[in-house]
Amino acid sequence: MDETQLRLDGNAAAGMLREVFVHEMSAARGACASCGAIAQMGSQHLYMYPLSPGAVLRCQYCDNILKVFVHAGEHYRLGLQGLTWLEIRDGAEAGTNV
Amino acid sequence: MARAAVQRRLTWRLGRVTRRIDETARAKSLVLNVPDWPGHRAGQHVDVRLTAPDGYQAERSYSIASAPEDGDQVALTVERIEDGEVSPYLDDELAEGDQLELRGPIGGYFVWSTDMGGPLLLVAGGSGICPLMAMLRHRAARQSHVPTRLLYSSRSLDDVIYRKELDSLAGRADGLEVFHTLTRSQPAGWSGYSRRIDRDMLAEVAFAPAQDPLCMVCGPTPLVEAVATTLVELGHAPERVKTERFGPTGG
Repeated sequence: MDETQLRLDGNAAAGMLREVFVHEMSAARGACASCGAIAQMGSQHLYMYPLSPGAVLRCQYCDNILKVFVHAGEHYRLGLQGLTWLEIRDGAEAGTNV
Repeated sequence: MARAAVQRRLTWRLGRVTRRIDETARAKSLVLNVPDWPGHRAGQHVDVRLTAPDGYQAERSYSIASAPEDGDQVALTVERIEDGEVSPYLDDELAEGDQLELRGPIGGYFVWSTDMGGPLLLVAGGSGICPLMAMLRHRAARQSHVPTRLLYSSRSLDDVIYRKELDSLAGRADGLEVFHTLTRSQPAGWSGYSRRIDRDMLAEVAFAPAQDPLCMVCGPTPLVEAVATTLVELGHAPERVKTERFGPTGG
């Protein structure tokens, strides 16, 4: 299968990330360590297979791996190797009707 | 204390099915009453979790189709995937009065509220209409006149989800225009589009790039990628084109 058929938006990992982060993470902005592009996490390309224990977020412009998130056993492991920085809006709670 | 100041862990909660609505032969809406629902923004989703008697759990994400103005009532529209793990259960087994485990609302990227203004271009394929419907219902509830166009691709007229409500919303003459395209079969005398969404169609329906519309595209991954790429080729700014791909959900 063509892997692009499996592609999702970073938005689809928002629930998984809220298991770890108190803040809403799909609206957070980050800079790609490879090409420098700045974008919201929800707009990046996500590869998350059904029944898989984790997800890979790639830069929508250069395909660099930004973030790897795994939940296995008693641990969450978060790899942020492809982000120079991540900016999270304070007060950005997912459930708030603003 | 103001809700906005409270940071909470996302927790699983129980909703009770108050109504089931047959939208099409393959799509049903489940209206849930969720006590202490914190409120949501149009475009957000929930995760639904089913637990089998042996403890096996399956999770799926569903967009919220109801308006934030509906209070504790949260509507999800579920498209049945025949060999799926979750959708056949929601479709066949879950009855009015039954409880369903869910968490949310989730997501702060693919959202729209009237204060974000417009013009607003919505493009949907199949059940990709669901989060966009929340935006249209929110827009109507707020009596907004933000110029809005919906381009909605379905296989046939019988597959159009929320058909009557969309007709009714478009009839309010409040700045909303609805365009349908039917890709597989069309009724006699059909005056809408009859093909997959393409460049010419988007050039006709989408606002001019100079108007800087906010574009929200939701549906199966190939449709979303084709539409988003074409909108950018037509001159729309990439950061104004937001996407929600369904991908292989496993149903």
